[in-house]
Amino acid sequence: MDSKQLAWLIRRHGVEMTHLSHGSHIGAILSVADIMAVLYADILQYNPKEPGWDGRDRFILSKGHAGAALYAALAECGFFDVDELKTHYQNGSRLSGHVSHHVPGVDFSTGSLGHGIGVAAGRALAAKQDGKSFRSFVVMGDGECNEGSVWETAAFANHFGLDNLVVIVDYNHMQSLDFCNNTLEVDMARRWEGFGWNVLELNGHDHDALRGALQNTDNPLHKPTVVVAHTVKGKGISFMENDVLWHYRFPHDGWEYNCAVNELHAAKPDGTVDPYTPDGCPKTEAQPEGGHHAMSETYHPAYYTREVASK
Amino acid sequence: MRDTVIRELISLAKENPNVELITGDLGFGVLKPYWESVPDQFINAGITEQNLTSAAAGMAMEGKTMFTYSIGNFPTLRCLEQIRNDCAYHKLNVNIICVGGGYVYGALGVSHHATEDIACLRALPGVSVICPGDPIEAKFALRAIASHEGTCYLRLGRGGEKRINTALTDFTIGKAYKIRDAKPLGKTAAVFSTGAILEEVSSACDMLETRSVGTEQYSFPTVKPIDKEVIADCAKRFDHIFTVEEHNITGGFGSAVAEVLSELGERVKLHRLGINDFYCAEVGTQAYLRDCVGISAEKIAQTVEATVYSIRNS
Repeated sequence: MDSKQLAWLIRRHGVEMTHLSHGSHIGAILSVADIMAVLYADILQYNPKEPGWDGRDRFILSKGHAGAALYAALAECGFFDVDELKTHYQNGSRLSGHVSHHVPGVDFSTGSLGHGIGVAAGRALAAKQDGKSFRSFVVMGDGECNEGSVWETAAFANHFGLDNLVVIVDYNHMQSLDFCNNTLEVDMARRWEGFGWNVLELNGHDHDALRGALQNTDNPLHKPTVVVAHTVKGKGISFMENDVLWHYRFPHDGWEYNCAVNELHAAKPDGTVDPYTPDGCPKTEAQPEGGHHAMSETYHPAYYTREVASK
Repeated sequence: MRDTVIRELISLAKENPNVELITGDLGFGVLKPYWESVPDQFINAGITEQNLTSAAAGMAMEGKTMFTYSIGNFPTLRCLEQIRNDCAYHKLNVNIICVGGGYVYGALGVSHHATEDIACLRALPGVSVICPGDPIEAKFALRAIASHEGTCYLRLGRGGEKRINTALTDFTIGKAYKIRDAKPLGKTAAVFSTGAILEEVSSACDMLETRSVGTEQYSFPTVKPIDKEVIADCAKRFDHIFTVEEHNITGGFGSAVAEVLSELGERVKLHRLGINDFYCAEVGTQAYLRDCVGISAEKIAQTVEATVYSIRNS
């Protein structure tokens, strides 16, 4: 399976899982789908028959709320049965909304932001000490970069020369209540540069660019690498894109589900089979309520910092 | 419960321009009425719980009545030292609001289970720990903590809890409230609970009345300072006291009751119902997880009934 097919399946599973579970975070699942697909199709070393294989690359999805994207990737890569994805959020399931290490292929549970990078740095440091050649990967959110703990590790990883640590920031420019720059202004790449990292900036939906950046992250100064991957929250389903509502809302029965599935079908790569609705959904008009979902409700009609500036 | 609290906070903020709410980038939908009503008394600090707690301390030092807001463990465990050193030690009027005490976010995973927060916050000198049992207790509690000088922790459930405490007309931090008297049935026991598990406990007490167990039931919206008088009074009159909490049994409400009882020297036996010192990795709704760990109404009733009757027969 190539990365395009895997990315499509992650999106399709994500829609189905949130639809069935009434779960949140479809926007984040869609934004990180291409990153996850390239990692699991082309970059990470792993063995689904032996999830704990010592030679594997270590991976942590630190933005644990996008757990469905990781579960979908793992299932499609053979770690467990794809059928189990339907139990996401359900009573008695092991597929919690946030990433759980009780799932085959997952080493580390997340869900509270700003923990994954520190743990990944610890593993990278241990690899150096023990002469092991794996790389330690983390996928983080941009809102997650608000957390102070992220920057403690940023300093630590640079100081210890952890060039086997690779961070990918899913930079979709939105967080829980609003756009990042309306919450806490960020200059993402410069911030990492300030901590001495090897910084690569690219389009996080461009598989070739992701592959090119992640294939080999060796660098002459032995810096940890961060890939600032610009993405779109809700990518691939037009009415979910750039709308904070879809950080929380699940695709409801009716036009939301039908249109989401049909939009994905319109971009389905050859050779991919939709396990839920092989021929798509009945054609349905989008947003019949008159654009009720057209745009997010942001937290403050006149932002505090702008008010201060104008005073 | 959370919507009741936010409504009350809006009226409080309108009355007192020194009242401010600072959130850690959470409260979509929930806080909207607040920021629309009092936009100048609202700050979104981003996902920076440590920073926002210290900042709230700083604002409180300048005379503001601060409320911090987040969900699960984020406003408490994530920034525990900021609460201790910055807020509590300096006796600042910082009131921490947590939405999602216990298994409210059951399906989201262990990161979102707030099940050790009472124990941690209770260990901090000068911090009042308030876990309202229903929306009316929550509404009164909000007023009480705002006017209370010092750091308070307000642990809420989510939305949609039933009103249980129909007798409540005033609210004092540190006081337990009687929900029912024990019917003179085959056996009697005292049942205490804290927090939103009150609904399950009341249903359990209803069930127990049909199974020949009369219960004197109390809601303890305050875990710290704990109502020693109610505990001492019940210790004299009952053979069994049961505590119920949606929290680890280590260090929480049951432990607080145990501390009081152990110094009284009465022969009453204490039974602590809660999460029996483990992380619940299983996924499910709040109702499902409560049942899994033995604090659903039916499980509570079964435990109480089995305990009071087995001891009589032995």
